[in-house]
Amino acid sequence: MLRLLSIALLLAIWWTAALFVGGAKLPSPPAVLDVIVAEAASGALFLHLGATLARVALAFVLAMSLGSAIGYLMGRVKLADRLGDPWLILLLNLPALVVIVLAYIWAGLTEAAAIAAIAINKLPTAVVTLREGTRALDRSLDEMATVFAMPRWRAFRHVVLPQLAPYIAASARSGLSLVWKIVLVAELLGRPNGVGFEIGVAFQLFDTPRLLAYSLTFAAVVLVIETALVQPFEARATRWRPRAA
Amino acid sequence: MRLEVEITGKTFKSAAGGMHEVLAPVKFALQSGEVGVLIGPSGCGKSTMLRIILGLDRDFDGHVARPPEARIGMVFQEPRLLPWRSVEQNVRLAAPDVTDAKLSELFKILELEAHRSHFPGELSLGLARRVALARAFAVEPDLLVLDEPLASLDDALAGRLRDEIATLVASRSVMTLLVTHSLDDAIRLGDRLFFLSPRPARIVQELPIEIPRAERSEAELARIRAKLAALPLESK
Repeated sequence: MLRLLSIALLLAIWWTAALFVGGAKLPSPPAVLDVIVAEAASGALFLHLGATLARVALAFVLAMSLGSAIGYLMGRVKLADRLGDPWLILLLNLPALVVIVLAYIWAGLTEAAAIAAIAINKLPTAVVTLREGTRALDRSLDEMATVFAMPRWRAFRHVVLPQLAPYIAASARSGLSLVWKIVLVAELLGRPNGVGFEIGVAFQLFDTPRLLAYSLTFAAVVLVIETALVQPFEARATRWRPRAA
Repeated sequence: MRLEVEITGKTFKSAAGGMHEVLAPVKFALQSGEVGVLIGPSGCGKSTMLRIILGLDRDFDGHVARPPEARIGMVFQEPRLLPWRSVEQNVRLAAPDVTDAKLSELFKILELEAHRSHFPGELSLGLARRVALARAFAVEPDLLVLDEPLASLDDALAGRLRDEIATLVASRSVMTLLVTHSLDDAIRLGDRLFFLSPRPARIVQELPIEIPRAERSEAELARIRAKLAALPLESK
């Protein structure tokens, strides 16, 4: 309820501002809605949204699975941490734009280059978060699992994974927002479709209603994913914790 | 089955770089059906000794012979339960072969029936310790290791749990190793008492108790206590 009220307040501020600024620079909410409806009717909206979502999903899954595995390894094995740390610092501080441009130069303006570039941008933060999570693992529970001769997989699933779950959730949440920001840059620079491409077109035409129509629709999709997938996962992973009063 | 412990020494390097001797040469053996009790002052190296016997610490001099197929049940000083799994799941994860009937019986003996589906965070320390006991017994261990299982419990509860441990130990043939501060626990549960010196720990006195556990009357216990009081032990 409070959430809805807060969204309504944002709309009200936008509408009032639109009345003062007016016209092409800041269109009113109904004007943007008109563009959304028109784009949806022609099917273009779903095509571009779908393309962007598919890239986000692929890059996200790739970066999360690879990043979690590397992070876990670096948290567990000292040698891997020593060897991987310089690479990690390099990747963490490499600007997204550099990675995207290099990927397009080296691999051509292809889908694979775009997805790889987005994944590489997300990868190091996933590694860092999961490495911290792995370092914080409770050794006394590891010992318990060893003494009771728990098979490796059972120990991982019931002893290790529940401890990593909050770190995975945090990494997924920050990762989703990061990937969604970077995917637009990759699309703007080298893809013939997607929300980023459309925003590039809108920028060239100074078409603010179109720009807002696409970005707001995508923001809404991200909001739905967050509330429908990420938050329930987090709630489930932490349900054993005694509730705060 | 037989457990043979022959540790010739254990040193560890402190953060400051100095070498510290934790264990002096220690040698003892335990048979199936026997309860061995390690008694020693705080910080004398008992926990280190247990970690070596359990195979958690391999960096020591000497030799521990433990049948490789021996199943181990352990009650740590802290309960060490998985906070994200229910009481029943905690027991079942350690003992996947436990039957429903056996589990019900254990929960009944330890008065845990009402807490099966609770999470460890919802339990008092006394209850959590009982869950740790249930877990150790559910695996039907060949070697049962109890590291101060009754510490920090009130006398009444500790007494009841001690009786429960005695019942469970008597119900099957198992090698039991109990670490405790309490002479009372030692003489009520133990078959052989090993008194340890302050660090680096060595066995200063080994005391067998011949009377079977079930037949130890209060008078007998008093006699053993008197005998112990006469011994010149630094670790009492």
